[in-house]
Amino acid sequence: MLKSIKMAAIASAAVVALAACGGGGGDNSSSTTGSAASGPTVSDADVQAALTKGGTLNIWAWEPTLKQATAAFEKQYPNVHVNLVNAGTGDKQYTALQNAVAAGKGVPDIAQIEYYALPQFAIGKALDNLTGFGAANLKADFTPGPWNSVQNGGGIYGLPMDSGPMALYYNKTIFDKYKLPVPTTWDQYLDDAKKLHAADPKAYITNDTGDAGFVTSMMWQAGGKPYTVDGTNVGINFADPNSAKFTALWQQLITQKLVAPITSWTDQWFQGMSNGSIATLATGAWMPANFVTSAPSGSGQWRAAPLPQWTAGGTASAENGGSSLALMAKGANKALAYGYLKYVNDGDGVQVRIDNGAFPATTKQINDPAFLNTEFKYFGGQKANEIFSKSAADVLPGWTYLPTQVQSNSIFNDTAGKAYVSGTSLADGLKAWQDQSLKYASDQGFTTK
Amino acid sequence: MAVPTLAAPPAAVRRRRRRSFRGWQFVGPFMIVFALVFLAPIAYSIYLSLFRNRLIGGNAFVGLDNYTQALTDPNFWSGVGRVGLFLVVQVPIMLFLALLVALSIDSGRLYGKSFFRVSIFLPYAVPAVVAALIWGFMYGSQFGLVGSLNDFFNVTLPDPLKPSLILASIGNITTWEFTGYNMLIFYSALQVIPKSLYESAEIDGASQFRIITAIKLPAIRGALVIATIFSIIGSFQLFNEPAILRGLAPNSITTFFTPNFYAYSLTFSGQQFNYAAAVAVVMAVITMIVAYVVQLRGNREF
Repeated sequence: MLKSIKMAAIASAAVVALAACGGGGGDNSSSTTGSAASGPTVSDADVQAALTKGGTLNIWAWEPTLKQATAAFEKQYPNVHVNLVNAGTGDKQYTALQNAVAAGKGVPDIAQIEYYALPQFAIGKALDNLTGFGAANLKADFTPGPWNSVQNGGGIYGLPMDSGPMALYYNKTIFDKYKLPVPTTWDQYLDDAKKLHAADPKAYITNDTGDAGFVTSMMWQAGGKPYTVDGTNVGINFADPNSAKFTALWQQLITQKLVAPITSWTDQWFQGMSNGSIATLATGAWMPANFVTSAPSGSGQWRAAPLPQWTAGGTASAENGGSSLALMAKGANKALAYGYLKYVNDGDGVQVRIDNGAFPATTKQINDPAFLNTEFKYFGGQKANEIFSKSAADVLPGWTYLPTQVQSNSIFNDTAGKAYVSGTSLADGLKAWQDQSLKYASDQGFTTK
Repeated sequence: MAVPTLAAPPAAVRRRRRRSFRGWQFVGPFMIVFALVFLAPIAYSIYLSLFRNRLIGGNAFVGLDNYTQALTDPNFWSGVGRVGLFLVVQVPIMLFLALLVALSIDSGRLYGKSFFRVSIFLPYAVPAVVAALIWGFMYGSQFGLVGSLNDFFNVTLPDPLKPSLILASIGNITTWEFTGYNMLIFYSALQVIPKSLYESAEIDGASQFRIITAIKLPAIRGALVIATIFSIIGSFQLFNEPAILRGLAPNSITTFFTPNFYAYSLTFSGQQFNYAAAVAVVMAVITMIVAYVVQLRGNREF
């Protein structure tokens, strides 16, 4: 999971596919409903019968805790045999998946797909709409951010597996040393950034060299809705008033050189977290495990806090990263596959995955006292899950990614990235990103505006 | 009498048939592998480049549309321009250094020549990806070698990963990597020059410099041409270094930094493999033309 989310977070290295398969959607399997958002219809009884009867499931996923959850699943349903294959992480898997879909052969029954890539696969008709399985009834089981992320054009294209509600991680030692207040608003954040850098020219409030996943998550939290997607009509407007709040703030941080020119997920980045030159990170709840493994000497210094707000006293949050499990339209054993999906993402499998380090997308687990009371040694014993859970509940609804988000994220640094290394303003850079993303969408046959 | 005349034609036929069959037995395995490994991918790329596959609308034959798009694509041409610049600056520097080292080692006046030979060749044995990672780490202006130098001497060196310097930084890596390889080509060519020529030159009172220009350089002209052509192809195929360094300097290295990297980005980020195939074919043609021109000139005079 961490790796997967990390990929989503970096997002720039994206890749994918999806194209192909414009033609024949999924028909196979049981009966099909006559509705527009058609897909297989499978009742709970069918699922239960399939689980008892057994069979073989082919699954492509890289989320590490699925291994333990699958073992528990096979123990409970001994007639089911699961082939859990790691076909690569993120983009690599999507390429393989896309090739299989295009060839019509070797398509797994279930695949792990990150939220930002899900629309691309859904629009490409590579996935089953789970509405016919009764997935709509599961709405209350999941936190709003992930649940929203698996919706597309009135259909439900996967069940959320994990999530990345955002939080502000900060180096308490540095904040104490310079007597800085932990920022509760972004204005205060900017203020802290100035004071910190003035006090120690080698210290920065955070690092940033341009990260599409971060920018879109920040706009999300600011209440922006830059992407509008309606069927095959797509629109982008980074200049909408709420998204522009982020642009204005970040422009100041860039212009005044208050963000470290260090790219995330590099060796320098982890060094910066260990040696105190990077003071905060605003990112998903999947981050703690990365702290522990990659910046071990920062242990005890860091803490988690709610994201700073755009209006004082607000509680807005957003998601950064996370994946779902989806049923492939060309896969087999639909009822059985859905049974597995429910088990590992909504049923008993969830607890197994949490016990092995996953961050859940289910309301039951996220509000479970045992989960909330977990003390994080890295954060000096802080019960950080309380903050993450609160953040998950406060994720603003209504966000959507482009059906071509993977390609779009990959060209972020070609366009908006210029704002980080030259005199180009961030607003102009984002405009270039917008134009190029729309051009690609239009080349791919979407109607753009 | 009639018997031999009657027997002759079938024998000839048989022999001819057998000969042609034997010929294919020898050539056949090569031809099969050649067709599968060389011809089939090229043919398939050309075939792919004639289609366009879209998310909405599916696959369609578009004729030469992808080629007209490539020829008018500013991203593609900026990549070509970049590797062109790289070629005219980095290749001469690298080959000159390689020649200098080869001549020094060959002169026999260098102390510890096998040490130099091995140590200069050694970087070539480092995988290109590892080399790019090592250099990427050294280039780090915050906590890398450059950062440490800045701290130690209390100076501010220019960031080697900034957009205006990145190409030079990549050139530095490839020079480090491939000087030894080219040195070895030159050195082995120098080794086959008959020693008697040097003796005659010395008897005639020729200086060392004169020996180099009159004997050594003309004798290794073939090797120089070969090394130049390899370097041209290498420059046009620049990929590993930008692909690795992009993780450190995403804003300096665009997705269309080199034509190869552009084709890669188009395929894997945008699933535009049809267009990527067209880009690859156009780039192959450009490379062939440039390499051919250099070869013609190289063989004519020096």
